[in-house]
Amino acid sequence: MHNLLKLENITMQFGGVVAVNNLSLEVNEGEIVSLIGPNGAGKTTAFNVVTGVYEPTNGCVSFEGKAIVESYPRGKMRKTYAGENRGAYHKRIVKTPDKITKLGIARTFQNIRLFKSMTVLENVLVAMHMRRKSNLFTATFMLNRKEEKEMRRKATELLDKVGLLDVKDELATSLPYGKQRRLEIARALATEPKLLLLDEPAAGMNPQETDELTAFIREIRDEFGLTIFMIEHHMNLVMDISDRIYVIDFGKLIASGVPAEIQNNEVVIKAYLGVSEDE
Amino acid sequence: MKSKTIFKAIDIVLLLAAFGVAIAVDLVMPVGLPATVLKKGAVFAVVAVSMNLLNGFTGLFSLGQAGFMLLGAYTYAIFSIPLEARASVYYMQDHVAGFLNVVELPVVVAMIAAGAVAAIFAFLIGLPVLRLKSDYLAIATLGFAEIVGAFAKWEMLGPITNAPNPLVNYPKFSKVTTYFVAAGICIAIIALLVRSTYGRAFKAIRDDEIAAEAMGINLAKHKMISFVTSSFFAGVGGAMLAMFQSKAQANSFNTALTYEILLIVVIGGIGSLSGSVIASFLYIACSEWWLRFLDTPDVIPGLTRNGFRLVVFSAVIMVIVLFFRRGLMGDKEFSTERLVKGSKQFVKDIQDRKARKAKEVN
Amino acid sequence: MNITIDHILAGISVGGQYALIAIGYTMVYGILRLINFAHGDVFMASGLIIVYLTTAMPLQYAIPIVLLLTVMLGFLIERAAYKPLRAAPRMSVMISAIGVSYLIQNLALYITGGLPQTYPAIPWISDSITIFGAVTKRVTIITPILTAILIVLLVALIRYTKIGMAMRAVSKDFETSQLMGIKINRVISTTFVIGSLLAAVGSLLYFTSYQSVVPTSGSMPGLKAFVAAVFGGIGSIPGAVIGAFIIGICENLIKSSTDFSIFSDAFTFALLIVVLCVRPTGLFGEKSIDKV
Repeated sequence: MHNLLKLENITMQFGGVVAVNNLSLEVNEGEIVSLIGPNGAGKTTAFNVVTGVYEPTNGCVSFEGKAIVESYPRGKMRKTYAGENRGAYHKRIVKTPDKITKLGIARTFQNIRLFKSMTVLENVLVAMHMRRKSNLFTATFMLNRKEEKEMRRKATELLDKVGLLDVKDELATSLPYGKQRRLEIARALATEPKLLLLDEPAAGMNPQETDELTAFIREIRDEFGLTIFMIEHHMNLVMDISDRIYVIDFGKLIASGVPAEIQNNEVVIKAYLGVSEDE
Repeated sequence: MKSKTIFKAIDIVLLLAAFGVAIAVDLVMPVGLPATVLKKGAVFAVVAVSMNLLNGFTGLFSLGQAGFMLLGAYTYAIFSIPLEARASVYYMQDHVAGFLNVVELPVVVAMIAAGAVAAIFAFLIGLPVLRLKSDYLAIATLGFAEIVGAFAKWEMLGPITNAPNPLVNYPKFSKVTTYFVAAGICIAIIALLVRSTYGRAFKAIRDDEIAAEAMGINLAKHKMISFVTSSFFAGVGGAMLAMFQSKAQANSFNTALTYEILLIVVIGGIGSLSGSVIASFLYIACSEWWLRFLDTPDVIPGLTRNGFRLVVFSAVIMVIVLFFRRGLMGDKEFSTERLVKGSKQFVKDIQDRKARKAKEVN
Repeated sequence: MNITIDHILAGISVGGQYALIAIGYTMVYGILRLINFAHGDVFMASGLIIVYLTTAMPLQYAIPIVLLLTVMLGFLIERAAYKPLRAAPRMSVMISAIGVSYLIQNLALYITGGLPQTYPAIPWISDSITIFGAVTKRVTIITPILTAILIVLLVALIRYTKIGMAMRAVSKDFETSQLMGIKINRVISTTFVIGSLLAAVGSLLYFTSYQSVVPTSGSMPGLKAFVAAVFGGIGSIPGAVIGAFIIGICENLIKSSTDFSIFSDAFTFALLIVVLCVRPTGLFGEKSIDKV
C-alpha cells in the first residue's frame, strides 16, 4: 500500500490569520481517511489547498508521488509569514482546480453546489465533459453522436448505481436534501477520480440517512476502486467507516491514528469539549 | 409519445412557415415596411442570439457587442467594395492602403472574414478581461467598444477605414429570404453549440463557476470559446447590419446599440435563444412599424411627437425588467408542445380560480 | 506653452467635475455593488432642469430648486428601479440601471425635441479671467476649490456622523449590518441623495464650461467618472477624487495633440482595462477573498 495523497508542511495564511498551520498527512490507496476537528479548524481550507482553489502560503501537496501543488512565502507574505518551515520550499507549482480534477481528484462541497438550472442527468454529464474526445467543431455539428450516446449511457448507469435514476430528468435543485448530496457524489464520480474528497457528506442528515450514507460510501469505494478522504462531524459515521483519522485544531494537527486511538485521545477530547479554566 | 412527434412536426412547419413568409414578401412586396422589418429583425436576431450565448448561457455580462459589430461591418465593407468603386468611396483620403487596390472578397467570404476579425479581436481583449468579475467585465467590454470606435474614426487609419466618413457601395443582400437564410445559419450554429457538451459546460459556468471548475471545466478556455464565438457572430451580424443600412459608419455602432440589443435579450428571456429571435422581430416591428404612429405629431393631441415612441419603449422595458424579469420565454425554448401545454394549464388555472371563488361565495 | 497651461487648467477643472460625479458611483458601488449606469443621466437631467427653470424664474431661485429636484430624482430612481430588485441577481439590477438610463435619455430627447439646449450663463462664475497668461472662465478655478470643500465635508460626514458610520458598516458587510439593526434602506437612500446632490453641483460647473445640454451629455462624463472611481479603488472617496483629476488632466492633454485627439475618450477606457488587469482593486481599494 503506497500513499496516494501526501500533504507536507502545508501552511495557509490569510493576512494575519493562519488557517492551516504546518499540516502534514498521508492518504494511502484504497483507504478511507477522515479529517476531523472543531468548526473553523481549517479542514475545508485544507481541502481547498489540495483541490487548487487556494495556493498554500508554504508547503507541498503530492499526488501519486508527484508534486501537484507547491509554494513558499512570496510577496507581502515574505515579511508577514507566521508559519513554520520557512525556506524548506523553493519551487512554485500552481494548478487550477480543473487541472487537479483531471489528475484524478474529485470533490463535493460542504454547502451543496449543484448546477441549479440543469437536470440531474445534465449535472452528471457536465462532469463528463472533461474526459471528452470530441472538439468544439465535432461537438457543435453533432459529429460526436457516438460519444454523446456513450456519455449518456454512462451517466444513466451512474445515476442508477446511486439510486437517482427515477429522478434523472428533474431539476437538480428540486431534489430533497439527501438526494442532492448523493447527486454531488455521483457528479464527482463522473469525473473518474482516483481520490474522492467529501466535505461533510452527512451534514444535515438524520441518523437513518447517515447510516445509509455509510453503506453507500463503502459501496462506491469498492465499486470504483476509490480512495476516500473526508471531512465529517458525525462521529458515528467517522468512527464506523474510517481506516485512519487525522484531527486538527486551530489549523494544527493534534492527533492521528485508527478510530480506537482517536476516541481515547486526551488532546482530542479537550479540543472538542474545550478546557475549562478551573480544571 | 405520438403527440410529441406531432408537436415536433408543427414546430418544423412553423419554422418553414417563417421562411415561407420571407419568400412571399419578396414576391409580393419587395419594398416596404414588412420587408424592412423582416430584414432588420433577422439582423438583430443574429446579434441578440450571439449576445445571449454570452450573457444568458455563459453568465458573462459583456457590453462590447457594438464594438464587435463595428469590426464586422468595417471588415465586410472594406473587403467587399468592388475594386473599381474604391476610389469613389475613399475620395476624402489622399491615398488608399496598398492591399485595398488588389483585394476584393466575394460576399460570403467577406462575411466570414467579418466574423473572423471580430473573433480575433475578441480573443486578444478576452485574454485580460475575461478574468474580471461580472460588472467589471461589463464596463471593460463597454470601454473596448469605445476604443474600437475611436480607432475607426482615427485619421491615421483613414486609408483603410475612411476615417469618420462612411463606407458605402459594397454589395448587399436585396431579398428578405437571403437575410433569413444567413441569419438562420448563424442562429442554427449557435443553437447547436448550446445543445452540445460545450453548451452544458457554459451553463455550468453560469450556474456556479467554482463547482464547474471543480468538475474539470477549464474556466479560462470555455469562457474564451463562448466570448470568441459570440463575437464572431456579432461580427457577422455587424456585416449584415451594414448591408441593411447601406453604409457603415462608426457612429452608428455606439453604446446605445449595445443597450438596445441587451434589452431585446431581456425582453426575449435571458437564456432563451428562441426568445431572443421572437423579441428581435417584435422589437423591430414595433419600432419601425406598429408604434411609428407615436412619433407622428398629434395622433394623440399634445402627446405624440418625435421621440414619444422611444419614451413608451423605454417605459415598457422598465416594466419588463421590474415585473416580468423572465421576459417572454424565461430560460426555456419555444415549442408548440410547451405552448399548448402552457395554455391548457393557463385555462385550467383560471377555471380553478373561478371554481374556488364560486365555492367561497357559497 | 500657453496651450499646455490652458489644457492643464481645463483638465483640473474637468477633473473636479468628474470627481463630483465619481463620488456618487463609488458610494453606490461600495454599498450596493451596483454600477449605477443612470447616474450620468441624472447629471444630464440636472443640467436640463436648470435650462427650463431659468426660463421661468431668476437664477438665485433656480439653483436651489435644481439641487432639490436632482436629489429627488436620484432618490426616486433608487426606490422605483433598484429597491424592488434587492434580492435579484446582480445582472438584473445592472440591466435595470441600463433601462433607467435609456428611459431618462429618451425622455430628455422627447422633451427637448432633440435640440441642444443652451445652458444659462451663471454670472460671476462664467466670467472670463486670465491666469498664467491663459484666458479662461472663473469656473475653472472655482471647480477644484469647491470640489475640495465638498469632499472634506463629505469625508467628515462619513467619519463622524451616525449615518456615516452606518454607511461604512453597510459597505463592509451588507447582511451583518442589517442584522445589527441598521436601517439599510435609509442608508441606501442617503447614499443616493448625497450622490445626486454632488452630481447636481458637478452639473452646474460642467455645463457652465460646456454651454449646451443634449440628452447624451451625461453618458460620457458618467462613464469616465465611473472609470475614475475604479481607478482610485471602488468604494474609496479619495481614490475616486484622485482618479478623476488624473483622468481629467490626461484627457485634456490628449485633446491638445492633433493626431491623437480622437482618443481622448478612448484613453480613459484603455486606462480602465489596464488598471483592471494589473491592479483590479485600484489605487486604494481593498482586496477581498471569495469563500468557497
